Amino acid sequence: MFEAVSALQGASFNAGIAEVRELGLRGMITLRGDLTDKKLIKAVKGIAGRIPEPRTVALKDDDGAAWMSPDELLLMVPHADVLSTIETLNASLKGTHFLAANVSDARAVFEVFGPHAREVMAKLAPVDFSPDAFKMGMFRRSRLAQVPAAFWMNEEDAFTVVCFRSVAEYMFDLLSIAAQAGSEVDAL
Amino acid sequence: MSTRLKTAGRFTDGGAQLSFDFNGKKLKGVEGDTLASALLANDQMMVGRSFKYHRPRGIVASGGEEPNALFNMGYTNTFEPNQRATTTELFDGAKIGSQNHWPTLEFDVGALNTYISRFLPAGFYYKMFMYPRAFWKHVYEPFIRQSAGLGKAPRAEDRDPDTYEHFYFFADVMVVGGGIAGLQAAKAAALTGVKVLLVEQTAHWGGRAPVDGGEVDGLPADKYVDNLVAELSAMENVTMRTRLMGAGVYDHGYTLGYERLTDHAPDIVGPRHRLWRIRAGHIVTATGAIERPISFASNDIPGVMLASAVRDYAVNFGVSVGDRTVVVTNNDDAYRTAITLKGLGLDVPCIIDARAGGAGALAEEAKALGIRVENGKAISKVKGGKRVTGIVLCAQAGEGGVLEEIECDVVAMSGGWSPVVHLWSHCGGKLIWDDPQSHFRPDSERPPLGAKGEGFVSVAGSANGHLQLAELIGDAHGAGLDAGKATGGKPAKAAIPEGAPTSEHPVEPVWLMPQGAGIKLLSKAWLDYQNDVKVSDVQLAAQEGFESVEHAKRYTTLGMATDQGKLSNINGLAILSDALGQPIPQTGTTTFRPPYTPISMGAIGGEAKGKVFQPLRKTPLYEWSDNNGADWEPVGAWRRPFAYLQPGESVHDAVNREVKNTRENLGLLDASTLGKLVVKGPDAGKFLDMLYTNMMSTLKVGKCRYGLMCSENGFLIDDGVVARVDDETFLCHTTTGGAETIHGHMEEWLQTEWWDWNVYVANVTEQYAQIAVVGPNARKVLEKLGGMDVSKDALGFMEWADGTIGGFDARVYRISFSGELSYEIAVSAAQGLAFWEALHTAGEEFGAMPYGTETLHILRAEKGFIMIGDETDGTVIPQDLNLQWALSKKKEDYLGKRAHQRSHMADPERWKLVGLETVDKSVLPDGAYAVDEGVNANGQRNMFGRVTSTYYSANLERGIAMGLVKNGPDRMGEVIDFPKTDGTIIKAKIVNPVIYDKDGEKQNV
Amino acid sequence: MLILECPCCGVSGEETEFHAGGEAHLKRHSVGSTDDQFEEYLFMRENPHGVHFERWRHNNGCGKWFHAARCTTTLEVFGTYCAQTYEPPKEIKDAISARRPGWSWRNFS
Repeated sequence: MFEAVSALQGASFNAGIAEVRELGLRGMITLRGDLTDKKLIKAVKGIAGRIPEPRTVALKDDDGAAWMSPDELLLMVPHADVLSTIETLNASLKGTHFLAANVSDARAVFEVFGPHAREVMAKLAPVDFSPDAFKMGMFRRSRLAQVPAAFWMNEEDAFTVVCFRSVAEYMFDLLSIAAQAGSEVDAL
Repeated sequence: MSTRLKTAGRFTDGGAQLSFDFNGKKLKGVEGDTLASALLANDQMMVGRSFKYHRPRGIVASGGEEPNALFNMGYTNTFEPNQRATTTELFDGAKIGSQNHWPTLEFDVGALNTYISRFLPAGFYYKMFMYPRAFWKHVYEPFIRQSAGLGKAPRAEDRDPDTYEHFYFFADVMVVGGGIAGLQAAKAAALTGVKVLLVEQTAHWGGRAPVDGGEVDGLPADKYVDNLVAELSAMENVTMRTRLMGAGVYDHGYTLGYERLTDHAPDIVGPRHRLWRIRAGHIVTATGAIERPISFASNDIPGVMLASAVRDYAVNFGVSVGDRTVVVTNNDDAYRTAITLKGLGLDVPCIIDARAGGAGALAEEAKALGIRVENGKAISKVKGGKRVTGIVLCAQAGEGGVLEEIECDVVAMSGGWSPVVHLWSHCGGKLIWDDPQSHFRPDSERPPLGAKGEGFVSVAGSANGHLQLAELIGDAHGAGLDAGKATGGKPAKAAIPEGAPTSEHPVEPVWLMPQGAGIKLLSKAWLDYQNDVKVSDVQLAAQEGFESVEHAKRYTTLGMATDQGKLSNINGLAILSDALGQPIPQTGTTTFRPPYTPISMGAIGGEAKGKVFQPLRKTPLYEWSDNNGADWEPVGAWRRPFAYLQPGESVHDAVNREVKNTRENLGLLDASTLGKLVVKGPDAGKFLDMLYTNMMSTLKVGKCRYGLMCSENGFLIDDGVVARVDDETFLCHTTTGGAETIHGHMEEWLQTEWWDWNVYVANVTEQYAQIAVVGPNARKVLEKLGGMDVSKDALGFMEWADGTIGGFDARVYRISFSGELSYEIAVSAAQGLAFWEALHTAGEEFGAMPYGTETLHILRAEKGFIMIGDETDGTVIPQDLNLQWALSKKKEDYLGKRAHQRSHMADPERWKLVGLETVDKSVLPDGAYAVDEGVNANGQRNMFGRVTSTYYSANLERGIAMGLVKNGPDRMGEVIDFPKTDGTIIKAKIVNPVIYDKDGEKQNV
Repeated sequence: MLILECPCCGVSGEETEFHAGGEAHLKRHSVGSTDDQFEEYLFMRENPHGVHFERWRHNNGCGKWFHAARCTTTLEVFGTYCAQTYEPPKEIKDAISARRPGWSWRNFS
């Protein structure tokens, strides 16, 4: 087994109003299927603990599941466990109509954290990030500037951002610029 | 002369001394000054030259409506033209320069235009520069270009060093304007509990009220404002921002706010401007009103100013614009200026009131101070050149006969007040003409409509036509409460604020002064200072038939450019109405478009500049390629190596080397950008049979098949190799540019047409690094790395297998886009670089070299393989490319099948794919057309073919090309002409597009 | 710039999250159709001044297609609904009727 590397190998920026860093590889599985199917619910519970409600993420530490669409979940597991998890899914969902695809290496994952993290996000995504509107447990797919992205809060003032691997550098630059020194808005 | 008073201004009180540079002169100002107040404090009455006649111009206003005082600011890479002096805060070390003159502001050659102004009326350019036609290119256009434009554009080579950003914000109620009405409305809305955003374009709260005076709830206006600001600041549901202009209102409550963060203090670290992209449930515009000038002769001489501006400079900045101020008005408000000036110890020789009945209580107050008041009088003309020296008094009712000359250095004029209706109007709010007040104001019955069909903008205060404090404060309070209620607020119990009543006489419209002014006066009576439009120009436009206000605007340039007629519009359309003999509401207004005042291009672009101007997609091998001589080519958002240049090599040499090496030894290509879509489900085969023109459901597990996709109207949209993974699962390769669009295409058909089919699709393009290992030594390098069996028997042509290569988990496809022995190998993206490097190391002894997209193109063109985007352009069908073999005859239906039966699609005369071999072995220009005799109905030369792909083939040592030619396949051997843009002709012979290894022996080894 | 609510994921987002997909409720004509039917299906579109039915995709979001009933003049949105249907559901038609009594669009009213 050769060492698997993330797109930016942990790049970080901390000279501004929030810190930005690329998180390492994370095991990610796109699971498409009938989210009300008992077999599927059972299989997902076995992996992620529970099925997330629409527009939410159900995480324990870094592992769990996010609700992507009415027929799609994003399962998150340790990177090393992806293939075995897919095998488990394939076995337990045999006979039902579903699709489980490994997308771990097709993604880049970032963290934006600090007291101004909400503002940094609000400079890039057309989403209400005020504390009353964007809360822990919410999962949102939208765009950050010119690329699609999904994001949620790990804890207050700490966002996880997922985007395509090919635009990892763009995303990192974007977040770093949005977090540039002196750019506090103080409005959220 | 204008000077700084001993009395402190509201904004400049206790401010530090600042120095700045104006046209190379060192001047002093005070912290709190605008550029305008600082210049006036230095007796700089003339601040620029007008656009057309280069007449001396001074500061007219004190706010965003200023038409004249536009400056160049900064230098080299921070240079910006047209910065408005009245809204630009002074900072230490500011460097500003005036515009529209040469060589200097004081002595300007262009001022000669004023002497020929009689010959430069409205429409002069349109009339003059028509004939003779030949003059246009060499005489007129260069002349117009030289004199056109307000200010100078920054130099192209300079790059703005500042940063900008956007900010998305959501509020229930947004109040635009931080004057007394905006503050009151915001407070009332906030009391209902909703989330409120209050923005003010200047650095100060309170607007005009503290200058104009008056009382609310027994408190002087300035004190009442202070209290409101304090109350709002303490409310958690209120966000307040100064230096943030509501720039535009758009559909569904979308509002743009333009925040200037460092313009007033360039040393502050951080972005310069921030564009707020606001969604508001309801918007209250409390944008105030703008005072109108009066049209009298020579009303553009420096020293003629709006009465309110003269008052503002005195009260807010402690600046006296002149020692002797004549006030001329058609309403009571201007008396406040006279009273204020007198109170500061300055002289006011006369108040000239055009109304026969004069003013109310304020007139008594003025008279009591000893000010002479002349009712029913007018200014016949202003005397002076580069500054005012006096006025000629006449009767308003007459033609301008001299009654008396009065010496003065300032004329403070007031033609009444026009509500600022811009934000109301941006998204469709309608206006109503208020005859008693002689202005347009928002018609609350016809507001802009939001997502639910509700009116989502309302207006408060003087913007709503309530010019008296006593009225406007209650109006604003009500507007705030209503806005809160409309956005889900709870009814709030709050006492309605009460303003002390005043007794003012009504305004009387005075569109021209004096009423019977003749042509001599009219042609010096300015309507639009910025664009040099006079009363006579508008009258001429009407006379020449430009009756629509929009036409008259463009013909005369009235209300164009940076100020968009904030001062001139109403006066201009009153003159137009008069000339047309129709009432003003029938003439109507021109369209109000955002932004309210100009905003920076930087703010609009936001963060999107420099390295994040647009997203660049990079494969896992990007950095390796960049370090190994890649000459980058954009392919969609991706960057792909065009060729890998070795030291000292040209691109052409590199491509030739790569082509030969791949054919003779071993080439390695980063093919990671090709789209990879997993299609799975019991109906996956049926689905792909509909999407591809050929049969996919019969593909055996472990096999690959090349497929074509057409749109519903028959045109080729994509191609690629499909691999069957298992009974229910296919992996579809798309073109580089097609991954997202074809994924979307599949989802569209699955979700909107065949929603009962059980198929799921996932885009796994970026999960893999995919490397093409190509050339006679391809198998050798894989065998050396070891692992799975890649022999001919184990992995035949158009087969795939999973396994390991050199220890890497890999999926290997035995497919070829080059005609060589070729494997495409997918490994995980996270291991892509390691695998690529392993291939290079192991391949060294076999002559491994990377190759780029140009070599890929040449190799496929030598084999006659088509490329989506080269051979296709959205009008090409498979039949045009001789791909009938890929059109299934067995399938009842597939996307494009019905379209191919349409008469034009089945036309035998369609241009068809052929190879083209130049007679002189040169390379055909891309896109060159084969021409025929004669011309078509549009007078264009007849054509019967065009080049779609053209390259130099190092293998064949000549140019090779493909093209679409009418009846091409039937014309083999014929030599046809391709004219080049230089007039010479290249002759090319029509040949079979497959030029290299026609029998495919090289790939089947 | 419009705000639309995606009926598939429930997100209310601004227009930049969505992709407009032209007229809704087209009937697909294919092999076996007349030239006129096929032309109608491919090219002929309503262009109303008022009530209109459109397809949208939540492309910077859940990726699902849905339909929107909208007024092309005032940009009022009467409602959005799932794309897997041959005609607007009753509640959408009722919502339109409440705002635009007597409306009609193709053979819907």
